[in-house]
Amino acid sequence: MSGPWRSASGGSSIDRSRPVRFEFDGRPYQGFAGDTLASALLANGVHLVGRSFKYHRPRGIMAAGPEDPNALVTVRRDAARYTPNLNAAQVELYEGLMAESQNRWPSLHFDVGRINDYLSRFLPSGFYYKTFMWPRKAWHGFYEPRIRAAAGLGRAPSEPDPDTYGQRFAHCEVLVIGAGPAGLTEALAAARTGVRVIVCDEQAPPPRTSPADSAGEWHDIRAQLAVMPNVTVLARTTAFGYMPHNMVALTERLTDHLSAPLKHVPRERLWQVRAREVVLATGAIERPLVFPGNDLPGVMLAGAARTYLGRYGVLPGARVAILTANDEAYRAAVELRAAGVEVVALADLRPQVMGRLPEAARQAGMTIRTGTTTVGTRGDQHVTALGLCAIGADGTVSGAVDWIGCDTVLMSGGFTPSVHLFSQSRGKLTWDASLQVFVPGAAAENCRCVGACAGEMGADSGGSWLGALPRPEGPATGKSFVDWQNDVTAADLDLAVREGFRSIEHIKRYTTTGMATDQGKTSNLNALAIAAQRLRRAIPEVGLTTFRMPYLPVGFGGLAGYARGELFAPVRKTPMYDWAAERGAVFEPVSLWQRARYFPQPGEDMHQAVARECCNVRRACGMFDASTLGKIEVVGPDAVEFMNRMYVNNWSTLAVGRCRYGILLRDDGFVYDDGVVARTAADRFHVTTTTGGAPRVLAMMEDYLQTEWPDLKVWLTSTTEQWAVIAVQGPKARAVIELLVEDVDLANAALPHMSVARGRVCGVPALVFRVSFTGELGYEINVPADYGADVWRAVWQAGQAHGICAYGTEAMHVLRAEKGYVIVGQDTDGTVTADDAGLSWAVGKSKPDFLGLASLRRAALVDPNRKQLVGLLTSDPNVVLEEGSQITATASLRPPMKVIGHVTSSYYSAVLGRSIALALVSAGRSRMGQTLYVPTRTGESSVTVTNPVSYDPKGERLNG
Amino acid sequence: MLLIPCPYCGVRPELEFSYGGQAHIARPQTSASAEEWAAFQYERVNTRGPHAERWRHTHGCGRFFNVVRDTTTDQILRSYRSGER
Ligand SMILES: [Zn+2]
Repeated sequence: MSGPWRSASGGSSIDRSRPVRFEFDGRPYQGFAGDTLASALLANGVHLVGRSFKYHRPRGIMAAGPEDPNALVTVRRDAARYTPNLNAAQVELYEGLMAESQNRWPSLHFDVGRINDYLSRFLPSGFYYKTFMWPRKAWHGFYEPRIRAAAGLGRAPSEPDPDTYGQRFAHCEVLVIGAGPAGLTEALAAARTGVRVIVCDEQAPPPRTSPADSAGEWHDIRAQLAVMPNVTVLARTTAFGYMPHNMVALTERLTDHLSAPLKHVPRERLWQVRAREVVLATGAIERPLVFPGNDLPGVMLAGAARTYLGRYGVLPGARVAILTANDEAYRAAVELRAAGVEVVALADLRPQVMGRLPEAARQAGMTIRTGTTTVGTRGDQHVTALGLCAIGADGTVSGAVDWIGCDTVLMSGGFTPSVHLFSQSRGKLTWDASLQVFVPGAAAENCRCVGACAGEMGADSGGSWLGALPRPEGPATGKSFVDWQNDVTAADLDLAVREGFRSIEHIKRYTTTGMATDQGKTSNLNALAIAAQRLRRAIPEVGLTTFRMPYLPVGFGGLAGYARGELFAPVRKTPMYDWAAERGAVFEPVSLWQRARYFPQPGEDMHQAVARECCNVRRACGMFDASTLGKIEVVGPDAVEFMNRMYVNNWSTLAVGRCRYGILLRDDGFVYDDGVVARTAADRFHVTTTTGGAPRVLAMMEDYLQTEWPDLKVWLTSTTEQWAVIAVQGPKARAVIELLVEDVDLANAALPHMSVARGRVCGVPALVFRVSFTGELGYEINVPADYGADVWRAVWQAGQAHGICAYGTEAMHVLRAEKGYVIVGQDTDGTVTADDAGLSWAVGKSKPDFLGLASLRRAALVDPNRKQLVGLLTSDPNVVLEEGSQITATASLRPPMKVIGHVTSSYYSAVLGRSIALALVSAGRSRMGQTLYVPTRTGESSVTVTNPVSYDPKGERLNG
Repeated sequence: MLLIPCPYCGVRPELEFSYGGQAHIARPQTSASAEEWAAFQYERVNTRGPHAERWRHTHGCGRFFNVVRDTTTDQILRSYRSGER
């Protein structure tokens, strides 16, 4: 006997021959295979399963499905597999399951937080908004951590998630959501036409061997569907998101119901299903009644009690009082009595009750108290009595209260169609005045609703009640809960209306009704009815709040899927990556690339390595992997015209074999990208871009070419990954490469600075650029990427005699900053013009048009007080300013102070023996020699404004 | 996730495309007024209903084209090539 509260027989889902042991809050219990955690706890007489969110009131199991607002538990397998906020009615029992209650301290039965309940008149709606406004600073440091600690929805696991998660795209003609009778009927009809059908249901599949009960014929349909090759049946699979164009997201739970995870099976699988037609057969959810003390453990939905009895053979109690406004509850009365439960009261809010089901109850000898309401419940941690009272002919409640001793209260206010997914699909909901619920109206997608979710409730399901129950005049004797999970009462909704809220959207946010993880599955309609009544408006006039994804909480693991760890983002590596890694390079990510940042020798830190690399380049030479630079081939009869329109420069005057520093603006006049552009043929440009900017520059070029200037005959091709680029920089650069280079005359006259030649390097076809991003004599050897590693090694070997070093991006940054060369995205930020950056010399001012030209005439863009790029020298040469620091004109101010600029680049220059910095400063070029101030964490630094070029200002070293 | 009809390739999932903003905003002549340039750069409608917008089949044919999408339902009413109306 697994639990004292089992019926003598029955229970279509459980296997009484297979007992299962489990723990709840450390205590051992036993259930049966096929139980849920909720049914197994109830079978053991455990009703108190959690404490409520705000008041820490004891809470029991109210429902038997995903709509249950109370029984949130944590299920723990090990330190890493620790899942909070699972719904006990959805947790399938397995051998050794360990579950814990949440939101209680120190224990579930004695919880200090319950004091909130007794102080509740000081905790009305909007309490947090009203109380914790002042002082503002205290919010982060004091109030919020304490509120969060007190308001518990479990703890997150402390270890990385060890499980794997799958993802799958699927296509079908018909997707049926919900495998109840309506869904199965639709699925079979569609499947018989031969089209692809997917059927999903959030529950476990019912056991094949279970005794044929009323669901017998549905077992037949399941068996038929299971063998049809065009049908996929997904159990334990929740449809949680309905996206445009009939894309539905499903989450399939594959191992959570097993006693141990499976090694080669993902824990969950996210399905993205594109369906020609979606059939929603999502059923309806029974509504609780709103009366004082309706949240005591032992108070349950009538339909839930039927489910626990029918599927799991569980008795909710021994003495049951039933209060209903709906005929379905009479099934519970009859079935429970047949199972040996005493029905101590059977009350109905309606004045007359005549349906087939109430008649059956009467014929079974039960008395129905019609026209009856309740004044509330009694009990501390479990219900002990229900106070019934007659409703007068005029609707008032004034008679004597009949306290009925009981251990269970079953309630039913009728059924609310589960229109969540239909509403997510932007289908319109319409108010059904006879059913008193919202039902699906005009669909926005190719989607149909069938069964109870469409309002087809069946002939025996008449009757409903919305909003608070009638009760005697005077103050209420207890809290009447509307939203169990967020602890919202009828009085909270009254208060919101009294305080002036009119829109249901505002009332929802102010009271937080319907905003918990259950999204108000049991509460929305009651809350709406109460608000409408207080506003003296009809329910459809007040309107329903929007349902949003997800229908049920979805774990992050399932959404992340494969995109974790190494697969989180693609990693791009240059052909020289392995060489650098073997040499102990430290890498840094630059967009998706892994770039060598510096090459430390034994015992060196970054500072020392960078200093050595910089000095080595300026004294002898260094080599640098520049392969990540973006490269775009611009080819065609109109290539020159296209480049003239895109870039600020004048390309008509660029001879074949020469290079020019190109600047690309957006049409708003601000710098977008830069790079060296080589004219490799009359109709061909080799355009380089910043490492991170390559995709967006190509996209922008395509945009203008395709949509603004489709008449231009130009073709654009990304060649970034076709070329490996080896920069050799320093006074010895020519000496290093000259023995490797064929067919190119490297002499200054033949290949001057800013020129390019085709030839061979180590026998490999190559483009040899004479360019410099260091201010030294420099070459950039471009060879096909497959030869990159070999040519790099050959250059390295040849360079040994000349004292070559490999240098990384950090030294590259210092060397270019010494020369005042900007880095787009570091020294510019999307609000910097070419002139601001000191680059107006590059602008082809006589050109009729180029991107940004029109904007450059705007008054704001020629304002002399704009921030301009300058150099800064700290008065203490050892102080390296922090990049991003603000700059002021006056010393020793306290905030707020007038900021006139900021530091964009800052390094220690070993070559110069002092710190250097670049900055954008208002009217900076007119401030040469001025002293400015940079507030720092430890005081402030005084700085002198200088030319951005701090090394070799005449540029003589470019010629070696 | 939308299903987008590329006029060159046919219907493909949104994953293959990138959004290009409102369609039919012609770039003014250089000589145009500051107001015209400001409108070109900064003024966009916020339509409730059918909205002509640009998409690029980035991970497909690479072409820019136009789509009329109802912003209240996300249903795509038609798609057509750049330069067409
Ligand atoms: Zn295409």
